[in-house]
Amino acid sequence: MEKVLMKGNEAIGEAAVQAGCRFFFGYPITPQTELPEYMARRLPEVGGCFLQAESEIGAINMVYGAASCGERVMTSSSGPGISLKQEGISYLAGAELPCVIVNIMRGGPGLGNIGAAQADYLQAVKGGGHGDYRLLVLAPASVQELYDLTITAFDLADTYRNPVMILGDGILGQMMEPVVFRPAAEIKKPAGEKEWAVTGRKGGRPARLISSLHIVPENLEKHVNKLMEKYRRIEEKEKRWEEYHTADAEVLLVAYGTSARIAKGAVDRLRREGLAVGLFRPITLWPFPAAELAAVAENCRQVLVVEMSAGQMVEDVRLALGGKLPVHFYGRTGGMLPDLNYLVQLVRELIKGGGGGE
Amino acid sequence: MLHEIIIAGFGGQGVLSMGQLMAHAGMMEGRHVAWIPSYGPEMRGGTANCGVTISDSPISCPVVTNPTCAIVLNNPSLVKFAPLVKPGGLLLVDGTLVDEKSERTDITAYYIPASQIADELGNARIANIVLLGAFITLTGALQPESVLAALKKVLPERRHHLIPLNEKALQAGVDYIRRVVAQC
Amino acid sequence: MSKGFRRPKLYTGKPMHYCPGCTHGIIHRLIAEVIEELGVEEKTIGVGSVGCSVFIYEYLDLDFIQAAHGRASAVATGVKRARPDTLVFTYQGDGDLAAIGTAEIVHCAVRGEKITVFFINNAIYGMTGGQMAPTTIAGQKTTTTPFGRDVTTAGYPIRMTEMLATQEGTAYAARVSVHDPRHVLAAKKAVRRAFLTQQQGLGFSIVEFLSACPTNWGMPPRDALKWLAENMIPTFPLGEIKKPEGVE
Repeated sequence: MEKVLMKGNEAIGEAAVQAGCRFFFGYPITPQTELPEYMARRLPEVGGCFLQAESEIGAINMVYGAASCGERVMTSSSGPGISLKQEGISYLAGAELPCVIVNIMRGGPGLGNIGAAQADYLQAVKGGGHGDYRLLVLAPASVQELYDLTITAFDLADTYRNPVMILGDGILGQMMEPVVFRPAAEIKKPAGEKEWAVTGRKGGRPARLISSLHIVPENLEKHVNKLMEKYRRIEEKEKRWEEYHTADAEVLLVAYGTSARIAKGAVDRLRREGLAVGLFRPITLWPFPAAELAAVAENCRQVLVVEMSAGQMVEDVRLALGGKLPVHFYGRTGGMLPDLNYLVQLVRELIKGGGGGE
Repeated sequence: MLHEIIIAGFGGQGVLSMGQLMAHAGMMEGRHVAWIPSYGPEMRGGTANCGVTISDSPISCPVVTNPTCAIVLNNPSLVKFAPLVKPGGLLLVDGTLVDEKSERTDITAYYIPASQIADELGNARIANIVLLGAFITLTGALQPESVLAALKKVLPERRHHLIPLNEKALQAGVDYIRRVVAQC
Repeated sequence: MSKGFRRPKLYTGKPMHYCPGCTHGIIHRLIAEVIEELGVEEKTIGVGSVGCSVFIYEYLDLDFIQAAHGRASAVATGVKRARPDTLVFTYQGDGDLAAIGTAEIVHCAVRGEKITVFFINNAIYGMTGGQMAPTTIAGQKTTTTPFGRDVTTAGYPIRMTEMLATQEGTAYAARVSVHDPRHVLAAKKAVRRAFLTQQQGLGFSIVEFLSACPTNWGMPPRDALKWLAENMIPTFPLGEIKKPEGVE
């Protein structure tokens, strides 16, 4: 297959189009703007609709409308814009509407800056909006994976009638790597009208309602329980992760996205020095591959979590490992990247120290 | 082979597009490639840089920390990136624009009058391609043919009339290095 | 064919939860009648909002989406873009449309979205129990303007329909009232024109209804209708502010 050199943001857009997404509602914000720009060019070519909304709030509610009609639909933003979308995301989850939301993370809090960061992890995996709900959260680490996981995201959204978030960062969005497209025949698309979609009461069929309102407490509890049951099924079936040199690893690095690429570089270097270091890379951040991580860590002596945040995923790693072994943390914030040399040195020292405390 | 390159200069000097061209050419040669730009306000008239990785094996880390080669087109970039070059690595400087020199003795530095050469070819804005010619000659990282083939892919149709000029610039970079090396 | 007062076919038959004297019921009925008369039941999608009318989908037998507070016009935009062949309307109160959803409604009109907006203005927040609305008139007492709306600190009542009518994207804009039969008939005409405007693809259409809220105004229903006519209409003059040619 022919390779195409693409920016991460554009690979997401192309994947969405190939997955049958015909509607995109967004608002510009660095470092994700290439994605709406790509969709503005590309969607009219396939008879789709790109609309630049008045705000991220407008955009996410337009997503709510198009998703209610059963269409594959996407929006994208970065930190501050994703915060604005949280109200709509809660409604989407409550009304069980499939859609794909892309967050190309930048430095926060507040306006922060446009540098790459991973400080929206907790917002993405622990809720973000109000109420008991979950998003499926996918964390690509290469441009090829941005493409592949965007297609996966639409499938998961439809399978579970749930919003799916692609959690990337500024580096992934801006970087270029070769991408191999899938043959169109291999990309699943929903066949026909979804049986719950509002379309007008065609043929006099009973009216349909898209709503997250359940005014009777018993009914809302029933609805939440149904959601929880769905989330349990997702947890059973949809965990994804990558193991890299983990079989004999003494020190296990845990990282996702760009941090995982840097961690992989560190593993390569340390392996060349003969040190037993591996990487566990969660690809689904929710559901978090906790048991799988625990199984891999079984034979390790220490764990080091690397993030572009002040320490967010590390909480899930600690929960997963239940205090069985020391979990160290190395994070950079503010748009700074983990330093490969520093990371390598840190691991060397951990091995020399033989584990123990923090 | 693993080439990790940082290209740095002012916005508008073609620093980012040169990196993209290298990544394209590498991909066309069947290598693993990655390109990461500095992005944001610094692109608008300030300094710009990008990292390019060209490798025979899958690229674990596309973020270039210690380049095997730094190509710099202005003074601030020399100050910032020369110290990061791997020992034994390469430093290529547009000697027309940069008046400082690196004091490192553990790397090989070339001060190439790229802008002057480009100017003589009729367009100072292709100094980046002169430097690219020098880079591929010194490292063998890419074939000139694939660079030219990549150029056809990267440049929009309406700019294709610039290809002959780029070809000349690339060749001028190649020739310059051959002359310098012959003199050694 | 017998002509007489009957329940619109589009009514589900569920008893409405509205307070005695509330005029939401009349407005629901007008919309139901017009949809029925136009024969577009099978291509209509309604977007409800947050406020007293949040359960409109219980009463009208149509496909419905329940939108977040203030966002109905953005949701309707998504629907109409995805299904351009449908008839899409929103039903929004004054808090929803004129306060929290101001950005959404303005840009929906600016884009000339081919949707119809029914804007129910009763000068007060009903569902939360009688607080100031952006359309509360000067001097009007509410639980959050206990001494009457003081325009020097709480601002002036907002005239949304006039404002939206200034936008090129708006094709039809009218303000109507339902405080007496004559006005109810005029209101129905406006509903019909708004839908026709949408059907003909002419642009954004809005009908603002002046509506009574006896409960939160603290008066019997008949007094409320009188209060509406005497106090609201001077602030919110009735009439078709913008009307495209060829829509009857």
